[in-house]
Amino acid sequence: MQMSLPAPEGRLLTYADALREAVAQEMRLDPRVFLFGLDVDDHKAIQGSTRGLLEEFGAERVFGTPLSEDAMTGLAIGAAIAGMRPIHVHIRMDFLLLCMNQLINVAAKASYMYGGQVRVPLVVRSMIGKSWGQGAQHSQGLHAMFMHVPGLKVVAPSNAHDAKGCMIAAIRDDNPVIFVEHRLLYHTTAFVPAHSYEVAFGKARLCMRGDDLTIVGISSMLPECLRAGQMLADIGIFPEVIDPISLAPLDIATMVKSAQRTGRLLVVDSAWTSCGASAEIVARVVEAEDTSAAIAVRRMGYAPTTCPTTPALECEFYPDPAKIATVAHAMVRPQEPAWTPNPARAKLPYLLKSHGPL
Amino acid sequence: MTHAADANAAASDLGAADIERIYRSLRLIRRVEEEIVHLYPSDRIKSPVHLSIGQEAVAVGICDALRPDDVIAPTYRGHAGYLAKGGSLGGMMAELYGKSTGVAGGKGGSMHLIDMSCNVLGASAVVGTTIPVALGYAFALKSTKTDRVVVAFFGDGATEEGVFAESLNFAALRKLPILFVCENNFYAIHAPLNRRWATEKLCERVATYDIPAYRCDDGDVLKLRSLAIGAIARLRRGAGPVFIECRTYRWREHVGPNTDFGAGYRPAAEMEPWLKKDEVMRLAALIAPERRVAIDAGIEQDIAEAVRFAELSPFPMAEALYANVFAGA
Repeated sequence: MQMSLPAPEGRLLTYADALREAVAQEMRLDPRVFLFGLDVDDHKAIQGSTRGLLEEFGAERVFGTPLSEDAMTGLAIGAAIAGMRPIHVHIRMDFLLLCMNQLINVAAKASYMYGGQVRVPLVVRSMIGKSWGQGAQHSQGLHAMFMHVPGLKVVAPSNAHDAKGCMIAAIRDDNPVIFVEHRLLYHTTAFVPAHSYEVAFGKARLCMRGDDLTIVGISSMLPECLRAGQMLADIGIFPEVIDPISLAPLDIATMVKSAQRTGRLLVVDSAWTSCGASAEIVARVVEAEDTSAAIAVRRMGYAPTTCPTTPALECEFYPDPAKIATVAHAMVRPQEPAWTPNPARAKLPYLLKSHGPL
Repeated sequence: MTHAADANAAASDLGAADIERIYRSLRLIRRVEEEIVHLYPSDRIKSPVHLSIGQEAVAVGICDALRPDDVIAPTYRGHAGYLAKGGSLGGMMAELYGKSTGVAGGKGGSMHLIDMSCNVLGASAVVGTTIPVALGYAFALKSTKTDRVVVAFFGDGATEEGVFAESLNFAALRKLPILFVCENNFYAIHAPLNRRWATEKLCERVATYDIPAYRCDDGDVLKLRSLAIGAIARLRRGAGPVFIECRTYRWREHVGPNTDFGAGYRPAAEMEPWLKKDEVMRLAALIAPERRVAIDAGIEQDIAEAVRFAELSPFPMAEALYANVFAGA
């Protein structure tokens, strides 16, 4: 079993602080970068991820907006076409639905439908708000909607190191990037280099090596898959766990290679499975030109329901390390009775700490 | 607050060269679109067209008040704005033909004309969509401390979209250098105003955002130009946005080359007063006949060249399908 995050370098930083550092470093380097959106300049500072930016860069480059997501998205696009590099922040991914016309009809298409005369260097930060009663309209993972549309890049870093590197890469990218964050990840820590660096899009990361099955974990599901992997190792099942990091472009080759070797692929998403990122990954692995042997595939994600608020149902709605381990075990040892790991061991620190009021 | 345009003396402030320039622009747009009507049955134009015939004065009156480095955001009924701002005629015709030499390489067509070399932002086929994009361009201009300005053109239908109100509010809040120009031709596709608006007090609505709002009722190109000059001076001073409602009339069908008074949704009589005050004819009458003949001949030559360019240009190669999905790719 081998974690292949880069060798520890720098300091332990939270995901929120890593995002903040990335933005601050880029804003110092490039006067065209500005950050805006509802609440970016208030005392809560988007889970702390924008704290101090107003003080350092001033209200011309860091500002809250009226509740006008549609026009503010258009504003970002227009400013980007004019040569600026906006970062538009949304405190919930659900609110991106108010931006869809501009994101899908303009941002994604401008380069193409205007024959390359314009480019739209735009970062759209948004947060999946899972847990503690966030419910139907504050918890959705809608990244697959954006993966569907040519012209958009979609990234979903699972840790502080990749959050910083992806943010810097996103700001420097000349295209619209949908940046998917997860509320439960903000307080997780990882070693983060102090210097500026990019985590390239379209390159997956092997986070745990194993031969028995391939598990792909998206966004917050990556740490949950890693915990499942540790529990599986206890009973002699060794999964290979892959973090796609970016969903569009998707490093399908890394997943194909692993799944061909293990013969089993489980994709776990922080979203619904229907027409989702998990569906896309499974389909592309199975239809890869060099896939000849049969690969057993499974997907896990939100229950096919609206997200309920009560904890009694919320825990049923989401995948968790125990459920992931159970499914993985059944894939590897279908002849054995179903196995359930020790529930105490299945809880991640952030799951234990995730309580209200929020 | 609001007042109807009062610029009766506007013409007298203008020299012969000004009148000729404005006439040329009006006439060019009219003739280009008549040529499109003429070509359309040949099926060589591979794009739905939303013609501006009858509405030319709005684009021309406003754009004549702009500098080359000012920016406009036209609509999908955008040939007029595009040409009035100086957009490439050959590039437009080639675009309509779907040729690789079109301004968007044949991938945008009539509804997505763009010419950034003349500061014509790309048009959109979704009503109201370009208003906030123009707003963002104005935001960027203000951030860079220039005195350049942006004009957002849109129709009466766009004022019903939520993004219109959102954009007005933000423009007023930040005092952005943007001129909002509503081309009110009284129909959203085929739906008349009285089935869409509780009241026609559009300028009054806009004025509640503390945006000066003006209305021009008769499509007089010189009045519109005069209004635009005043508005743009305000924008350049950094005093914030201005709104102009330009009432006008679409002579042809919503989309396509034909007239549609037989369709039953609007009476032919409604167009008569607009035909009588055709601005192309009116300005033609202000110009010495020999000058007019020369201008018209020049326009015909330009159009013939543009059509020839479009016809002789190649279609894009199949590989072009994948070009520009992402910038620089």
